[in-house]
Amino acid sequence: MLKDITLGQYFPGDTFIHRLDPRVKLICVVLYIIALFSAKYFVTYGIMLLFLIVAVCVSKVRLTTILKGLKPIFIIVIITAFLNLFYTPGDPLAKVWIFTITRQGIRAAFFMVIRIIMLIIGTLLLTYTTSPIALTDGLESLLSPLKKIKAPIHELSMMMSIALRFIPTLIEETDKITNAQKARGADFETGNLIKRAKALLPLLVPLFISAFRRADELAVAMECRCYHGGEGRTRMRQLKFASFDYVTLVSGLVLCAGVIVLGRFGW
Amino acid sequence: MAEILKIDRLTHTYSIGTPFEHTALKDISLSIEQGEIIGLIGHTGCGKSTLIQHMNGLLKPTSGHVYLDGKDIWSSPKITRASRFRVGLVFQYPEHQLFEETVYKDISFGPRNMGLSQDEIHSRILEAIQFVGLTEEDLQKSPFDLSGGQKRRVAIAGVIAMQPDVLILDEPTAGLDPAGRDNILENIRAYHKARNSTIVLVSHSMEDMAQMADRLIVMKEGRLFMQGPPGRVFARAEDLTSIGLTVPQVTTVIGYLRELGLPLPANLYTTEQAADAILSLWKGGHHA
Repeated sequence: MLKDITLGQYFPGDTFIHRLDPRVKLICVVLYIIALFSAKYFVTYGIMLLFLIVAVCVSKVRLTTILKGLKPIFIIVIITAFLNLFYTPGDPLAKVWIFTITRQGIRAAFFMVIRIIMLIIGTLLLTYTTSPIALTDGLESLLSPLKKIKAPIHELSMMMSIALRFIPTLIEETDKITNAQKARGADFETGNLIKRAKALLPLLVPLFISAFRRADELAVAMECRCYHGGEGRTRMRQLKFASFDYVTLVSGLVLCAGVIVLGRFGW
Repeated sequence: MAEILKIDRLTHTYSIGTPFEHTALKDISLSIEQGEIIGLIGHTGCGKSTLIQHMNGLLKPTSGHVYLDGKDIWSSPKITRASRFRVGLVFQYPEHQLFEETVYKDISFGPRNMGLSQDEIHSRILEAIQFVGLTEEDLQKSPFDLSGGQKRRVAIAGVIAMQPDVLILDEPTAGLDPAGRDNILENIRAYHKARNSTIVLVSHSMEDMAQMADRLIVMKEGRLFMQGPPGRVFARAEDLTSIGLTVPQVTTVIGYLRELGLPLPANLYTTEQAADAILSLWKGGHHA
């Protein structure tokens, strides 16, 4: 069913990572990515891997969930490995037709695959442990300095939260309309491409109509509550740094700096 | 009467293997006879909608079977598809599923999917709009120009035009004014009478149920709580209230009168029955 799509899916929980301030988590993910791209060899990758394993264990996100999230990038990983393996110049080890495998190529392919997988797991961990609302709140707060140059940060984050908020609703609606049309014998599964595209019409028309209706209703409801944008607006959930947020942030900075320095030395 | 639908030890679990796993139906067995009007009641979230979506093969049982005329509707894809036409399902707020440019085209969607001839489709549409009280003029209008009540009639006509042997309606009267409500119920009864079809009605209105149903099925948290003729079910007012349901208002009134010591039967559930019973009691009292 449509509901099973992992779409930046949030798994509620009450672990240390779930409780972290979303801003800290966002900064840490950025630091993690920087560090990951500065890592060069076994020592630095080992440190990153250790960090990632600890984070995954602490978050209590199930391994199957993570593997499910990795599935869509499988092809990209294969292609990257392939390109790195055959197109890295260096000492040739074997030659198959026009492809040459070099020692450097094997090394590059190996680390690139690990890098991509670790990159995805790290970012998945952020979306698995942070609710979309907390994430947009965090982003808005981090980007708020840009308001000085008149960037519509509040409006953008409001649009983002509304869009995120309505994804499950629209998925549910799609399910409902699909079932209603199936009950009238609609067939979405068989036939060639053109036939299938045409079969979607009974689904898309009601879906768009309902989306517009919802948008109208939401706009009226917001007007009724005197919504007028970000200026002078207070929040129900105040973002506040706790002591463990500071500790995490500092540790993240130290770890990132350490990996960058070690990477410089080629470790 | 012959059995048309049989549900055998049906269990359904949503989102198996995720943190959102939820068992909506637990071990339900049911038998529905040809020509019966069934009222399905239960608290919100008790699994009514899940149950009716099993009756026409929209949902596949996690375990258990659904038989239509003795055949398991999941035994082959062909039978599953055919069962969708034989068991017509009208969802809640069916007006939200309209999509065509004209009422005519929208009602014809189901019959077209059945692969019927143009003439057959045309005659079925004319028949269907009679049941729901639409005029031939309405057929060329856009469904989106109609009023809410009219839209719902179009949507119901879209299912009736498939001439299903079993017609299931999920809260067909929700959000309608009293006149619109009586009208829709009248339409359903007309269809039932004309084709001797089986009707399954889901509703939160006990008055609707009292008026329409031959048999009531009460669900609680995914299980069958009780079933029987309305008189018998409504006589157990305390059990119904305990699971968040009510009885028709007139049954409550009779209950109070009985508490005051009047010798009235407990199984009265329509205004007519109550009036008769009170009248005969009053007359009897005068004779004595």
